[in-house]
Amino acid sequence: MAAQPAADARRQRLRLLEKYGVFGMVLVMALVLTLLQPDIFLSTQNLTNILRQVAMNALLALGLYVVILTAGIDLSVGSIMALTTMLLAMADTSGWPWPVAILVGPAVGVLCGLVNGFGLTVLRLPHPFIMTLGTLYTLRGVTNLVSGGRPVSGVSDPIRFLGSGEIPMPFLGKFGSLPVSAVVLLVCYSGTAWFLNKVSIGRHIFAVGGNPQAARVSGINVDRILLIVYAMSGFFAGLAGLLMAGRTGAGFPNAGIGAELDAIAAVIIGGASFFGGRGTVLGVFAGVLVMGLLRNGLNLMDVSAFWQQTLIGMIVVGAVFVDVLRRRAANRP
Amino acid sequence: MSDAADRGPPAPLLEARRITKRFGAITALDGVDLRLFPSEVLGIVGDNGAGKSTLMKVLSGLYAPTEGEIVFDSKPVVLHSPRDAQNIGIEMVYQDLALAGNLPIHENIYLGREPGRKVLGFTVVDEKLSRRMAMDHLDRLNITVKSVDQSVEELSGGQAQAVAIARATAFEGRVVIMDEPTAALAIREVGKVLDLIKSLKDHGASVMLVSHRMDDVFFVCDRVMALFHGRNFEEAPIAETSRNEVIGWIMGTRGHASTPAHERA
Repeated sequence: MAAQPAADARRQRLRLLEKYGVFGMVLVMALVLTLLQPDIFLSTQNLTNILRQVAMNALLALGLYVVILTAGIDLSVGSIMALTTMLLAMADTSGWPWPVAILVGPAVGVLCGLVNGFGLTVLRLPHPFIMTLGTLYTLRGVTNLVSGGRPVSGVSDPIRFLGSGEIPMPFLGKFGSLPVSAVVLLVCYSGTAWFLNKVSIGRHIFAVGGNPQAARVSGINVDRILLIVYAMSGFFAGLAGLLMAGRTGAGFPNAGIGAELDAIAAVIIGGASFFGGRGTVLGVFAGVLVMGLLRNGLNLMDVSAFWQQTLIGMIVVGAVFVDVLRRRAANRP
Repeated sequence: MSDAADRGPPAPLLEARRITKRFGAITALDGVDLRLFPSEVLGIVGDNGAGKSTLMKVLSGLYAPTEGEIVFDSKPVVLHSPRDAQNIGIEMVYQDLALAGNLPIHENIYLGREPGRKVLGFTVVDEKLSRRMAMDHLDRLNITVKSVDQSVEELSGGQAQAVAIARATAFEGRVVIMDEPTAALAIREVGKVLDLIKSLKDHGASVMLVSHRMDDVFFVCDRVMALFHGRNFEEAPIAETSRNEVIGWIMGTRGHASTPAHERA
């Protein structure tokens, strides 16, 4: 009984660390980079560059976050991104009008996501790892088959604008502007946050992650929720494919190999629990920024990119360790 | 207590007729009958594997019976899911609680039935309303919590059980099924849950209580029925039986026989 307040305080501290630790990390990294490279780091050009660089990972991570909320995993997002980029580039270069061509990305993405959901809910595969590992290979294979393993270049200007265009923002200074991709991110992130927090289906996603049995007996159709989350993950991967096509102006069959792992790392660094039901959209974005700032900072400091991988690995382990500590403290009476 | 005295019960509120449930080669329930009257607390006892939990899951819509019929309010009903049962007013408090620990109390109470506006088939949840409804409802049941925003995993076993019961009664459930609601509780919390069951009855709900604890059964129930090996064994108004007799039923013996059935066999 006497130890109760001390245990409560410890639990409270861990909860704060888990909730806000990643934001602290972003601030510290920004501060250090400002001190080390005052002229370059804070320049509008560098900051918008970071936003452009993280855009794809940010979209993939957002989709994975929704999946991880249900204690699932989607390993296929990198392959979905490659396939959608390729099909979009092929549609665009074969003369489809661009308003139709840009729909190819998200539509194919949703379709791929539904295939993943189908494997889980109808075929009843034992774990999403298996199904999405399958689609990771299959969709990569399909990408190579449709393209003959060769890149497709010459994407039209409206699509390029989405990936690399700028929208003038007078309040950011004389040459201030925001990359279009940053606006896409803003819309996707705030839309997803609203959906997860305010719409009943969003709350059901959290409930499925917290206790699927409770969700089921509450009359929630768990299979439908799973279909929705994998479709969302596919949608965001398709959108990332659209930005990718716009940024590079081409479809590359090898695009996004390993991208799923970067996205998972960002979600975990952002404080979402791998066991489901826990995390925030803002945290995920902070996780994406940590990875982006690390890369940007090491580039600015002329440090080998190999350090980036080394450090990200250590940060992932650290972030999950905080989750472990929190669970341990929560289970101790 | 008063309405238990003027017996000669009216039509049962809920009736199960010849319910059989098979899982592959295993027969968990074999032609079980059950009748639950308005404002009655019915105790259901039996040894492990007697079929109590299976019967409750059939009545709450989680399992479809292999054979048999369920009659609610004198009308035959078919329950395809827990939602079907909830829609006619049958709610269940599960043995393993069935709460989402990561969600706050008020969301757990209204999970799957959130208050809010319908927009294009979605419900935009009205959080303020959900909080206020939860507070009012907990007040009505005399359940005190620090805040309805506390997540359920922070609660003690008894508090979580109270939330589970609040959840089962939030929509004017007419039948509340409770599967071992006191099994996982500290002794000082058991009394609170039993009081809660009595107050449900006072509010006009009927309760089915599955329990191993004779103290609980004899404290809150009006009638007790025993299952044995998936069949009806005995039942009696609580005033006309005794703990020893009921314990005998659980072991498959009648009329204070000194040797259990399995030893006679």
